[in-house]
Amino acid sequence: MKNALMAGALALLLPVIAAAGEYSLTVDRVMIDTGDFVKEGIGYNGASPGPVLRFKEGESVTINVTNNLDEPTSIHWHGLILPFEQDGVPGISFEGIQPGETFTYEFPIVQSGTYWFHSHSGFQEPNGAYGAIVIEPEGREPFRYDRDYVVQLTDKHPHDANRVMRNLKMMPDYYNRQQQTVGDFFADISKHGFMTALQDRLAWGDMRMMKADVEDVQGFTGLINGKGPEQNWTGVFEPGERIRLRFINSSAMAYFDIRIPGLEMTVVQADGNNVQPVTVDEFRIGVAETYDVIVRPKTAEAYTIFAESMGRSGYARATLAPEEGMQGPVPELREAPLLTMADMGGMHGMADGDMATRDGAEDMDHGNMSQGSMEQASMNGSSGMAADAGTTMARMDHSGMDHGAMIMAEGGASDPFYAEGSGLVPVAANGGKFLSYSDLRAQKPLYEEREPTREIELRLTGNMERYTWSIDGVKYEDAEPLKLQYGERVRFKFVNETMMTHPMHLHGMWSILDVGAGEWNPVKHTVSVQPGTTVYMETEVDAPGQWAFHCHLSYHAASGMFRKVVVEGGPDQGNTAGVEVANDGGDA
Amino acid sequence: MRTLTLSALALALTLPSLPVLGSDMPQDQSGRKDALSLWGVQFEELEYRYSDDDEELGVWNGDAFYGTDELKFRWLTKGEYAIEEEAYEKLENQLLLQTPVSSFFDAKAGVRFDTPEGPDRTYGVLGLTGLAPHWFEVDASLYVSDEGDTSAEFDAEYELLFTNHLILSAALDATVAFSEDREIGVGKGLVSTETGLRLSYDLVDRSFSPYLGVVHERKYGDTADFAEAEGGGTEDWFAVIGARVSF
Repeated sequence: MKNALMAGALALLLPVIAAAGEYSLTVDRVMIDTGDFVKEGIGYNGASPGPVLRFKEGESVTINVTNNLDEPTSIHWHGLILPFEQDGVPGISFEGIQPGETFTYEFPIVQSGTYWFHSHSGFQEPNGAYGAIVIEPEGREPFRYDRDYVVQLTDKHPHDANRVMRNLKMMPDYYNRQQQTVGDFFADISKHGFMTALQDRLAWGDMRMMKADVEDVQGFTGLINGKGPEQNWTGVFEPGERIRLRFINSSAMAYFDIRIPGLEMTVVQADGNNVQPVTVDEFRIGVAETYDVIVRPKTAEAYTIFAESMGRSGYARATLAPEEGMQGPVPELREAPLLTMADMGGMHGMADGDMATRDGAEDMDHGNMSQGSMEQASMNGSSGMAADAGTTMARMDHSGMDHGAMIMAEGGASDPFYAEGSGLVPVAANGGKFLSYSDLRAQKPLYEEREPTREIELRLTGNMERYTWSIDGVKYEDAEPLKLQYGERVRFKFVNETMMTHPMHLHGMWSILDVGAGEWNPVKHTVSVQPGTTVYMETEVDAPGQWAFHCHLSYHAASGMFRKVVVEGGPDQGNTAGVEVANDGGDA
Repeated sequence: MRTLTLSALALALTLPSLPVLGSDMPQDQSGRKDALSLWGVQFEELEYRYSDDDEELGVWNGDAFYGTDELKFRWLTKGEYAIEEEAYEKLENQLLLQTPVSSFFDAKAGVRFDTPEGPDRTYGVLGLTGLAPHWFEVDASLYVSDEGDTSAEFDAEYELLFTNHLILSAALDATVAFSEDREIGVGKGLVSTETGLRLSYDLVDRSFSPYLGVVHERKYGDTADFAEAEGGGTEDWFAVIGARVSF
């Protein structure tokens, strides 16, 4: 009995010992100064972005979140593997945090790497409620660095997010200032001839689609660690040092193409998981993704971190320099990309738009495209479905590569994760290496390789003119939850039938992106699906409970491209559940 | 025994902190699960018109809506106020419910109240509104008045972008009556057309866009005859200055 008491006392102490990290966050109204404008927003501990939370793998963390707003709030720990009640999605994980309330999150840290956190309530995240998470690993990392900086990007808009949503619903092109003009039409005539230019316009007009519809929400100022281009966030280094840059894209809507002229970047981690190092000149970071890169400036000069938005409507800029106050040259924004008919490959309208496809392909032909590949793009389009990742890869190996240069004579290369002939394929500014998903290989497989138990197809759907977004044509408000069984390995097939890029984020479980590398497929939490493409990912269903699954573009998620995922079965249903959850820390 | 006590103790300790799991997961009752309800106000035309025979008019054509993707309540308002006569030549309000019927078109139904200077009319409205291929914004409505007369109105608008801020918009509005309503000066057949060209500049986002333009109004057939009989004109040219406003 005495022994039992002792054990009991010990058990009482245990959580205290395990809870090595205790953190406090307040959710506050803050002023956000971008250098271009000052705007009221939401932040943490009095600032936006909030603090960088530094955790250690293996510790248990306790985070007290006090809501100083006059509306409910929540914090979602993006990419963290934790009990579902701690995931911070109101209505799915918990009830949310009411005004004046302090909610205590408690969960074990079972991973390492770069992540981030943000509000999952209303539009608080685009209004500024986000911060970074850095988790130090238990063991040694497979790469070395001397310094470590978080580089957290966002697309801060002068309009409150509710107003942005309203404007998009009222006029979907409200913020699009890159639309084709009369002048562009004459430019097309002089370049391609009158008939081709006209046919091209008619083809797009017939579909009621805009080539220039790459970025829905323009007019933002790109911020890095809360600083606008003029405010120039600066990371200091000693020449010769290896610097680890932890890029996090916390934007509401903007994808960024990132480069540091004069420096090669070695990508060592994607979405918190180590990848086999790949050296690139530039990379594209989707909304909610993270990439860790290592750079090694050898000379004592200032280097510009230049992040152009994918649609080239805005940029973020920061500097790496031997001392504060130095500046490197800031490049000009490159020309805005235009969608091609290949990007329309998944549109419903294509069934009756065969003519349109031909017209478009013809136009591309004039853009220096070989007859053979034109046929391919045309077929791709009129079949109403882009080739799946597998055949895209095959095509890239066997044929795409051969005339890769020709297909995108104006844009440049091809990438198996973009529709063939896509106008969105990124090209490095210096003509060098641009990172592709297909370059990513896991450093160490997280799971044993096995056959998926089933495949679930999810069509990414929407209507740009109504600004409605959905999955399988059904918005969240009308959707049944997606049911998964604990223990299964699900293969998700994303078919993007829209003209927009969608960064799909599954909470609570890893997204193993199929790049055709088998057990070395990279492990991510957010997977970008480009227009007119099909992308596969696999998920080991190892987390009981219910989770959110959505497009991470704020206004797409809010318009309905969102699902609840219910994982049925698993340890939580049994008797042992209580103890396990408790040790991990249920909500208080 | 010891293990048992321990786990019992652990369980007791943890019980209060257990979330209510049960067999059923909680339903999402957050705002996200509700259809997004939004509102908007737009004035396509808010302008001063000066005619070729020195008539001055204050004119507006606007709408306000509230609702979801599936169902919107819309208030359309149009008016022409003759400044010298201090009288409404036209004053029309429609209260409508609007719902999507295809990818690019909505059906609408409701009531229209015309309360200008002179006799009033109330109409039942049935219409279609949306975006036709090649970016023509079109709107077609069928009206049945409380006098039993039917008429139809067709509206089309096209925007030509000189730049992304300097925009020329062309608008055509035509009304056809299927029966005569002499009291309000409407004859059977094509009643009237209004054609406008407006060159606007987006000064503040798309919420304030001042413009200059010309508008041509014409009456046809019996309607023209009725107007002439009353000493009015059948054709007018206007110079217009105004602003497109949305918020």
